[in-house]
Amino acid sequence: MADDLTFSTIAQLADRLAARDISARELTQATIDHTSAVENKVKAFNSLNPEDALAQADASDARRAVGQALGPLDGVPISLKDVIAVKDQPLTAGSKMLENYVSPYDATVASKLKQDGAVLWGRTNLDEFAMGSSTENSAFATTRNPYDLERVPGGSSGGSAAALAAGQSIATLGSDTGGSIRQPAAFCNVVGLKPTYGLVSRFGLAAFASSLDQIGPFARTVEDAAIMLGAIAGHDPRDSTSYKTDIPGYRAALAEKKGPWKLGIPKEYFGDGLDPEVGAAIETAIAFYRDQGCEVREVSLPHTEHCLSVYYIIATAEASSNLARYDGVRYTHRSADAKDVLDVYYKSREEGFGPEVKRRVILGTYVLSSGYYDAYYLRAQKVRTLIRQDFLNAYESVDAILTPTSPTPAFKAGEKADPLSMYLSDIYTIGVNLAGLPGISVPAGFSSAGLPIGLQLIGQPYQEADLLAIAHAYDSAHDWSAQRPSL
Amino acid sequence: MPDTPELNIDRVAELARIALTPEEKAEFSAQLGEVLQHVEQLKKVDVSAVEPTAHAFAVENVWADDVAQEGLPVQEALRNAPAQRDNMILVPKVVE
Amino acid sequence: MNYEAVIGLEVHVQVKTASKIFTRVGQGYGHAENTLTDPVVLALPGALPVMNKAALDAVIKAGLMLHCDIAEVCKWDRKNYFYPDSPKNYQISQYDQPICNGGYVEIELPASSRNVMGEHKQIPLTRIHLEEDVGKLNHGAHDSLVDYNRAGTPLMEIVSEPAIQSGEEAYAYLTALRTMMVYAGISDCDMEKGQMRCDANISIRPVGQTELGTKVELKNLNSISYVRDGIQHEIKRQIAVVQKGGTIVQETRDFDGIAGTSQSLRSKEEAHDYRYFPDPDLMPVRVDDTWKQRLADECPERPFDKQRRFMADYNLPYTATSVLVPDLALSDYFEAAVAASDKGQAKQVANWVINDLLRELGAAGQDLADTRVTPAHIAEIVKLVDAGAINSNIAREVFAETFASGESPAAVVNRKGLGGETNADELEQWCRDAIAGNDKAREQFIGGKESAINAFKGPVMKASRGKANPKLVDETLRRLLAEG
Repeated sequence: MADDLTFSTIAQLADRLAARDISARELTQATIDHTSAVENKVKAFNSLNPEDALAQADASDARRAVGQALGPLDGVPISLKDVIAVKDQPLTAGSKMLENYVSPYDATVASKLKQDGAVLWGRTNLDEFAMGSSTENSAFATTRNPYDLERVPGGSSGGSAAALAAGQSIATLGSDTGGSIRQPAAFCNVVGLKPTYGLVSRFGLAAFASSLDQIGPFARTVEDAAIMLGAIAGHDPRDSTSYKTDIPGYRAALAEKKGPWKLGIPKEYFGDGLDPEVGAAIETAIAFYRDQGCEVREVSLPHTEHCLSVYYIIATAEASSNLARYDGVRYTHRSADAKDVLDVYYKSREEGFGPEVKRRVILGTYVLSSGYYDAYYLRAQKVRTLIRQDFLNAYESVDAILTPTSPTPAFKAGEKADPLSMYLSDIYTIGVNLAGLPGISVPAGFSSAGLPIGLQLIGQPYQEADLLAIAHAYDSAHDWSAQRPSL
Repeated sequence: MPDTPELNIDRVAELARIALTPEEKAEFSAQLGEVLQHVEQLKKVDVSAVEPTAHAFAVENVWADDVAQEGLPVQEALRNAPAQRDNMILVPKVVE
Repeated sequence: MNYEAVIGLEVHVQVKTASKIFTRVGQGYGHAENTLTDPVVLALPGALPVMNKAALDAVIKAGLMLHCDIAEVCKWDRKNYFYPDSPKNYQISQYDQPICNGGYVEIELPASSRNVMGEHKQIPLTRIHLEEDVGKLNHGAHDSLVDYNRAGTPLMEIVSEPAIQSGEEAYAYLTALRTMMVYAGISDCDMEKGQMRCDANISIRPVGQTELGTKVELKNLNSISYVRDGIQHEIKRQIAVVQKGGTIVQETRDFDGIAGTSQSLRSKEEAHDYRYFPDPDLMPVRVDDTWKQRLADECPERPFDKQRRFMADYNLPYTATSVLVPDLALSDYFEAAVAASDKGQAKQVANWVINDLLRELGAAGQDLADTRVTPAHIAEIVKLVDAGAINSNIAREVFAETFASGESPAAVVNRKGLGGETNADELEQWCRDAIAGNDKAREQFIGGKESAINAFKGPVMKASRGKANPKLVDETLRRLLAEG
């Protein structure tokens, strides 16, 4: 049945497409149909492109018919977070500011996926300009958690996580600045990978915080995440922060790398605020790795308590500058009331930005302003060095670090009204961005209320092959990711 | 770091070019004051001998050769323009 | 009370690259509106900057030409401010780690006469940094139109110390700077095209006082002469204000070069707070010795060094060097011609280049690059004259032929039978005939009237159809007259 198709993995579909058991058109049509059935509940997408997607699917089928299929993604519907540019598609960044914007160019990840024959399907919802942890900050809709529609899917890539969890796409891309892939992955029972900073090109990703942002995949399994990462990773001359490194066969490495590994448990991540059910699930995962012969030892990341402060200074400072381009002049919303150029700025930005964006732009402007730079921004950059050093010290004795992805399962929409409590929901994911490391969230069970719980594994710089293999060892031995929400 | 973080919301909003309502100003001031209080803890960290991290993995001399390539056709460049005339972006008169 | 002026100049120079500083779309002047843009230039969502190697090369060269210290490491900072010509509403620039520090510009002040070399002076520099240019606003009656073609053009900012004392010095400074930038191929520095732009900070103080007075910034100085005139005007204005008991207010003034007047620009509504911070999208630049040396090797000799060398090595007069040196191609042409000629003929070569070649080029409306006259042709013509093969009148005729056709001077002489040196017997016979035909003059000459010899020269030249070398004719006549 159609649902089986749209809840399949890339690995399964690639085999069926190769065997001509199904066509890309059938798969894409099934995805479109299933989306129509559930989208009014989930609200994962900001825009859909059914005709265009079917045309891409037909092109894929035509390639396959002449023996020129492009690989495992050829003909597979994949949805991109609405903050990644795709030529001739809308790019709203979840903001009224870009409500009518259409991108004249492709992000590097978009052209890479196109080259691999993927069917680019829809644009997934997000917190405005990726600022948030719940996808409630979108100007267009609040995306719902498919496992409990009263609850948030996490954020900021909530649409990408929810769409995948709800069977509306086969794999998706998100962006992660402080946990925006991993936390929604944990909330929605899917795999979410934030690669090492520089592994995946940021060209075409509307910037939130340039030194922290990284694009990464959501997938149903770690194996699918490995396939996706292989498709999007690699040096890009158009991104100066893109790293020159060989891209190994991530999927092949899953079978080759068998462990046992040394895993570190940072004591600072298991303190106050950790939901007992989440803690228990992580303990069970730790026991699993021990049973596999892995050595699990406590490590210390002593500057963890400062991660949130450092993050909010650096991220908002960079954002205040990155978002200055949304000014009502060249391509954004322009206030109808603007009588002079200053009005164009003040009023367009007043009308175009939502409250969380305004709050962060204000904070970022403040910490950079005259007289405060050294006290805030420079100091934060220095503490960032210490945070990074903590991780590198830990890697002297362990291969990877294991933590919960989020202190709690998905919270209710509207529950976290004050910004600081919302910011605190990212405390386990932020350090990874500050240190530039790869991190992955893997489904690790459900709470008594049926809410998904995520296990975070943090790897060494550019060692995604190892990280994925470690995650795969757990993922392939459990069937959490085969669970489906009842919609 | 200043002892009591003081955020001059009017001045900062002006620098950021965002018009805020009085309610927003009051709300943001309070909320950001709370965040700044939280950030105060950074004072405790001894950073006297620490270099700042601007890039997690800094590489030097990342550049491209000077070879001109095609840009956007003017119609594409102005595709999303809120107002245009004579292939240029139109704005209210700028007084220099 | 006597006052002295203290002036600092901020000069922006566009770097002549093929593509923009942080993206590879082409750059240039005079293109149709908004045809030199791409996602980076327009600051579309997702666009990222990538440094242009050639722009870095150029600014390091500029630094080497101007005796600066080249920083081992420099970085990029964002200067945040909103303006419609600035697509990102921040400008990528260099704040606290510019690529060049210190250095100086050697200038030549005007002398009492154009034929005399003026006093030379070094104006110290604070720094040079690289940044991106902004777009262009076209103001209409009710609205403004923005063209982003210029946005992202590599731009050097050359900041002098407040060490310039007059409009004349500023004029000399800009002239020297421009010559050097053009020499090194860094920029064409055409102020009309905005390739070189200058803001001046001017203050006055009583002679002998060390602290600086309140400075006034003068903007929109769009020619080197306007810079000089604007500064002079501003100094006079400030002195007049102070002498009337007033005080100078810190402000920005706009100088109208045509009217010769200035007016205060509307005072800025808010103090700037540029919120500089390191651009996270760009990596730092490290300049090692190998790179620096390679660029140093590519730098041309500095113009004033060359001028001193031309005067010393070639014994050229100052006036000749001041024509040859400012134009790199012309001075190279001259040196090539000297190299192709015999030693000691540099002066003659210079004369041919300056008097004849430049005149013909001017008359024909050509550039040096267009001419068919090669440096070897100049050397050849000098040789022909020097050997007495042709006289200078014929040489001009030959040069005109070479200029028109590119045929070598020797070939022209041969083809047209203009050579006078071949038949000494024939020359002697013409001289004998001339002497025999004018007894009166012969007697006068023998009698001691030196000028009487000229009476024989006309008939000889006539007989030779103008080809005879006057020097040879003179020698031959004297020998025959002495023989009696």
